[in-house]
Amino acid sequence: MSPSSVVPGAAKSAALPDVRERAVVRFAGDSGDGMQITGSRFTMETALAGSDLATFPDFPAEIRAPVGTTFGVSAFQIHFGSAEVATAGDELDVLVAMNPAALTTNIKDLRPGGTVIVDTGAFTERNLLKAGYAANPLENGSLSEFRVLPIDIGKLTEAAVAGLGLTSKQTARSRNMWALGLVLWMYGRDRQVTTDWLLKKFSDEPAIANANVAVLNAGHAFGETAELSGELRPVSIGAAPAERGTYRTVSGTEAIAWGLVAGLKAAGLERMVFAGYPITPASPVLQVLTGLRAHGVVTFQAEDEIAAICAAIGASFAGSLGVTSSSGPGIALKTEAMGLAIATELPLIIVDSQRAGPSTGLPTKTEQSDLFQAVLGRNGDAPLAVISASTPSDCFDVAIEAVRLATKYMTPVFLLTDGYLANAAEPWKIPDPASLPTFPVQFRTDPEGFQPFLRNPATLARVWARPGTPGLEHRIGGIERSATSGNISYDPDNHATMTELRAAKIAGIAADIPEQEVSQGEDRGELAVVGWGSTFGPIHMAVQRARAEGRRVSHIHLRYISPFPRNLGDLLKRFDRVIVPEMNNGQLVMLLRAAYLVPAERFSQVNGKPFKVSTVLDAIRERTSGNGKGGAA
Amino acid sequence: MTATTAPVKMQPKDFASDQEVRWCPGCGDYAILKAVQKVLADIGASRENTVFVSGIGCSSRFPYYVSTYGFHTVHGRAPAVATGVKLANPALDVWVMTGDGDGLSIGGNHMLHVLRRNVDLQIVLFNNEIYGLTKGQYSPTSRQGTVSPTSPLGSLERPLSAATFALGAGGRFVARGIDTQQGPLVEVLKRAHAHRGASFVEVFQNCLVFNDGVFDEFTEKAVAEERQLHVEHGKPLLFGKNRQQGLRLDPAALALEVVTLGQDGVTMEDIVVHDETNRALAGMLAALEPPGPVALGVLYCAPVQDFTTAVFNQPAKGSGDIVALLKQGKTWTV
Repeated sequence: MSPSSVVPGAAKSAALPDVRERAVVRFAGDSGDGMQITGSRFTMETALAGSDLATFPDFPAEIRAPVGTTFGVSAFQIHFGSAEVATAGDELDVLVAMNPAALTTNIKDLRPGGTVIVDTGAFTERNLLKAGYAANPLENGSLSEFRVLPIDIGKLTEAAVAGLGLTSKQTARSRNMWALGLVLWMYGRDRQVTTDWLLKKFSDEPAIANANVAVLNAGHAFGETAELSGELRPVSIGAAPAERGTYRTVSGTEAIAWGLVAGLKAAGLERMVFAGYPITPASPVLQVLTGLRAHGVVTFQAEDEIAAICAAIGASFAGSLGVTSSSGPGIALKTEAMGLAIATELPLIIVDSQRAGPSTGLPTKTEQSDLFQAVLGRNGDAPLAVISASTPSDCFDVAIEAVRLATKYMTPVFLLTDGYLANAAEPWKIPDPASLPTFPVQFRTDPEGFQPFLRNPATLARVWARPGTPGLEHRIGGIERSATSGNISYDPDNHATMTELRAAKIAGIAADIPEQEVSQGEDRGELAVVGWGSTFGPIHMAVQRARAEGRRVSHIHLRYISPFPRNLGDLLKRFDRVIVPEMNNGQLVMLLRAAYLVPAERFSQVNGKPFKVSTVLDAIRERTSGNGKGGAA
Repeated sequence: MTATTAPVKMQPKDFASDQEVRWCPGCGDYAILKAVQKVLADIGASRENTVFVSGIGCSSRFPYYVSTYGFHTVHGRAPAVATGVKLANPALDVWVMTGDGDGLSIGGNHMLHVLRRNVDLQIVLFNNEIYGLTKGQYSPTSRQGTVSPTSPLGSLERPLSAATFALGAGGRFVARGIDTQQGPLVEVLKRAHAHRGASFVEVFQNCLVFNDGVFDEFTEKAVAEERQLHVEHGKPLLFGKNRQQGLRLDPAALALEVVTLGQDGVTMEDIVVHDETNRALAGMLAALEPPGPVALGVLYCAPVQDFTTAVFNQPAKGSGDIVALLKQGKTWTV
């Protein structure tokens, strides 16, 4: 439904929708209020309307924290627009706060003049107290810089389901659909897909399905009949320009899973054994892949993280693609087995959905602090390939690349993503299958002259000889092996040779990956902003704005971290200054300084959240002159 | 899967690799290697379809000495690696070679779960009640009071019974053998191979360097008949010189008691007949220890569907078409 079809039917609402380029909306409520579902449904309707978008689900580690507490607040943010959207948005235009705790924890992100929709029914004395309010903020003027829409959503929900046979608990749980209905109306969005989704989701419980649809419609009708006339004007945000093609929304998790499947097909392998152990925020990758047996995927929920990687290694030894996935603490447990895969030179993919650490840290919050662990965190000199994904859709391509490198170089490959990427969603143009790469694996079958550590002279990769192949019976293991025969060898010179060979094999990948490109700006200048992983969006937008201000700044975003692209050192040296924004305490920056002796500057943020564009922009402004002539600011 | 093409019957020596065996001279591991090579020859194993997976320790060097595929992995993790091998290719015949430290201490969790899952593997646990490769520290199966470099005043911990553990973990095949008793050991290993699912075989293995003679109280020739109960399905549980001693169930204590035929009116009617499908009986047999007899042979064998068969019997949804996968759910066209 387009906004123009809404407005004429509305009795008292403002005549015309306010046309805007972009908006940021956040739904916030109790963990049990269904904010993630609300956000996901709003995302789907927004995507179907053709706007570009980025989402940021942000939820606590507790499944159902005590009701009404600040630590139990779950939120879902969506940034959408008719122009490019690269981040989830710095500040909110609209905040939906389902209770006082959601208000107090989120109001600081609402821009002055922004709209806050509150469920006044939840603003009881008890809830206010739990949220730490001495006085009701709806009554004491503390929200005067915002446009407050106080609505008793609970009561209106009850009215909408009257006579439909819902319990009071079920009624309370459908309040989120009322809020969704209202916000869908605000942005002139359709609600048919959500209606269909509700009817399907609750197909076994038609009473609940019908009630939820009624609540959704009630929220929408509330906006349409504009009982808040003058205060609530619909906003129109059109479709963003996009290449022709078929689109869908995709989260980083889905893109990783599907990319691995595409990689499996590209390698011509019959089977992937994906072994994992439940851990936040990585478990959904295992869940998505579990349904994909028809695509050659066998999933294995192991007894622990160590068993998961060991099963993946066993599968690779037996000729399948072994993949394991986890997050920081689980990755730490897998460390010893990674050394085995490096020593025995077997293909293996380790997906690390990074979260804030150390130890348990902040399980549901994002960080990039496993970089050292990925690049360096093993006993012995144990090099492997490390690559990273920068956006949810990039996860698809990076997963394919991980399969290519693992099978071509007979090496473990670390694929770094993070909690933000795993959960965030964006529109994705579904690739044409004909455009997907192919890199068929050649298993060794010829017994003539076979040795398990025979190497391809170009790649230094050893042969892959599967059990079941007559004449290629061989033994491999973690003990150092002779560079020539592959038999156990304790010879000191041989160990030096093997250490060099393992390093040279990984270093050689640099010749087989693209040169580092500058994602925005010139290949020289006053300042290079170097990022990796999910910081792509905020750096991209910040550099765009800084360049619009005339600043000589460029954005360089790394996919390959081990090895670095072959031209990276030269590229960095063409800039007066280099700054490295990272969601860790300065890890890539140290690797860059060590590798190239460049005076790269650390720029850290470790609050469990993605960078704001303004934070990066300020950092750029501090380090550049505004007149386009260079020199320190 | 390629079928074996061997034109002539394989001999045990055909399963020896070209590697020099590096166990201490006189180690019980040699005897186990010999038994396994004989089993492989006798069952007509094909080298290319057989895989030996091990962890770390003296016993875990085993794969290097067999001419099949082999993988010497990480301490304690062989069951997990072997599970991955089976998930990749269930047609492979996979053996896990492990020890008391590898399989029951650092790898205890994996042993528990591989048995519970019933992955189709032969798991041979070399129990020498000591950490050999690290030079003689007490292990989880060491008896209380074991004097070792890390327990100079005698170990304090109560030992784990490997067979009892395997039964408790839900293992469907639990058996025992002695390294030097080639005949019975070969038979037990063949039974383990024939059982589809996780087959757990504890082998009492003498470490002559760090724990020499630790099993003498039931393996020495002089006491063998009195202290060894070789169980056989459907046969009465008899042992001793002239098989005059047997086991009777004491219904009040719910325990097995040693009785002598002809004494106190004991007849063959009183002797428990071994039923290898009876888990409770297997548990009681596993718990027997000197000065009574030690139960050897197949204590328990009650097959159920193995893990990988169950995995691949589950129906796969969808067509396997990647385009269909990527387009599932809502899409829109620009």
